[in-house]
Amino acid sequence: MVDHEEVEHVASLARVDLDEAETERFAAQFDDILSYFEALDEVPEADAATELDNVFRPDEVREGLTQEEALANAPETEDGYFKGPNVS
Amino acid sequence: MTAQTAERDLSAVIGLEVHVQLETDTKIFCGCSTDAADDEVPNSRVCPTCLGLPGALPVLNEGAVEAGVKVGKAIDAEIPEETSFHRKNYYYPDLPKNFQITQYDAPICADGELAFRVDGEERTVNIRRAHLEEDPGSLQHAGGSIDTADYTLVDYNRAGTPLMEIVTEPDFRGADEVRAFLAKLEEVLEYLGVFDASRDGSLRVDANLSIVDSKTLDGDDISAALEDANRTEVKNISSHRGAQQALAYEETRQKNAVRRGREVEQETRHWDESRGITVSMRSKEEEKDYRYFREADLPPLRVSGWKEEIAIPELPDARRERFRGEYDLSAESASKLTSTKQVADFYETVAAEFDSDLAATWVADNLLGELNYRDMQVTDVEGRLDEFTRLIDLVDGEAITTKNAEEVVLRRMLDDGLAPDAVVEAEGLGKTDDNAVLAAVREAIEENPDAVDDYESGEEGALNFLVGQVMQATSGSADPGTVNERLRAELDE
Repeated sequence: MVDHEEVEHVASLARVDLDEAETERFAAQFDDILSYFEALDEVPEADAATELDNVFRPDEVREGLTQEEALANAPETEDGYFKGPNVS
Repeated sequence: MTAQTAERDLSAVIGLEVHVQLETDTKIFCGCSTDAADDEVPNSRVCPTCLGLPGALPVLNEGAVEAGVKVGKAIDAEIPEETSFHRKNYYYPDLPKNFQITQYDAPICADGELAFRVDGEERTVNIRRAHLEEDPGSLQHAGGSIDTADYTLVDYNRAGTPLMEIVTEPDFRGADEVRAFLAKLEEVLEYLGVFDASRDGSLRVDANLSIVDSKTLDGDDISAALEDANRTEVKNISSHRGAQQALAYEETRQKNAVRRGREVEQETRHWDESRGITVSMRSKEEEKDYRYFREADLPPLRVSGWKEEIAIPELPDARRERFRGEYDLSAESASKLTSTKQVADFYETVAAEFDSDLAATWVADNLLGELNYRDMQVTDVEGRLDEFTRLIDLVDGEAITTKNAEEVVLRRMLDDGLAPDAVVEAEGLGKTDDNAVLAAVREAIEENPDAVDDYESGEEGALNFLVGQVMQATSGSADPGTVNERLRAELDE
């Protein structure tokens, strides 16, 4: 059972503000969602398909984005920075 | 119990998490440069991967893994058969993906140790693990301090810089030990060529400190005593000196609390360097709140064999010992001359050309002393090795006095960027030096046997010719009268 408190805790970790009604609604929804995942318990265990290891990139510089491109989708910017609310 | 006995009976127990930036050319999971120019603009060394844009995938930098293996070798750690990456989930604007890629239950290095000296004694601290992870971006709290700022400005240039987090066992008993350990760790990392201490923010330390009854430290297993004691985690330490100050402060603060019968609260505290105190931070997530899970975009690493394949340079302790034997140096000189790899390399180049004692005096005492006085490093003069050996050459050949070399030539070389011969000429240092004149006189005699014959057969004009030769050889810095006298003295002998 996902309770009220657990939803509030998860919301605070995600820095999301929920009101009383939302918390109730999400508690019920979380329960449903988690129960879907229980279906996975019935799937027999199988070995992972691939056995990749040691996948590397050489330590060589590749061109990235310009500042303008990097900031293109930001809702707010200032002097080349992403601008966001105060955090502590 | 009086305050004094209480003080004596209490002891600090400290463990460290040291984050060091690894010196690679590119970030750990993308090809963006890690080379931060002083005047760079924000968000100019970024790409979809380090900005956490949808669909971008991390690919591990081989150089970062090599650096990690080198660190493991240097601290005598085990490189496990298989290591892997996890996601550490937390929401903060310096983390564009809302998780940090790090290593959790399978770090690249386990069970190492590092020996260092403090107060003339050798100490060894056990290193529980060392793992690779990515650095977050950097934040500016605009319009005030972290608490009072109006808004936050975010720069992701630093995001994705490879970090190694080195976690020690709680083996430290005081702030002085921590400082000495950090200095030694930096020295070793610099020798390995995987770390640059001069880079801003290249070292960050979190320290756990608790106060226990000293008696409980006598046994081998102190875990029971630590379990009973609350600890604080001190964050935001960025230098050896900062670590020493922060932990000395925290030790006193906790001892005072215990002495007054108050409980130490288990919490995270922030080192405020400008005020010289630690302050309580709002409670942070517990470990389970980070919801660690495997980073499925990165296959596991199997690099235990690299420990054999990758060579590391001679480390400071070994080099110090070799210097004492090979160059017959005192412990103090050997220690100074191996303080950084650059100094040691510089010394060995000089010692290859001159007497090892003379080279030691010049590098360890004169050069390092003058550099230190000017807040310069040996790396600032690395390109002028030729000039420096020329200076020793001048002293060694007695062309200038040691006093002039130390007090005039070396200083002007550093202050004005002049070559040693230019200083000698500008200051007229060769003029008063009889030895240089004598050397030139003997050379002139040896090279002009005809003129000598003429002089000996009574031709006074031959003497003038020889004077001219000497004046030319000394670039006119010799006094003609003296040259005349010396020539006669040598020829008449």
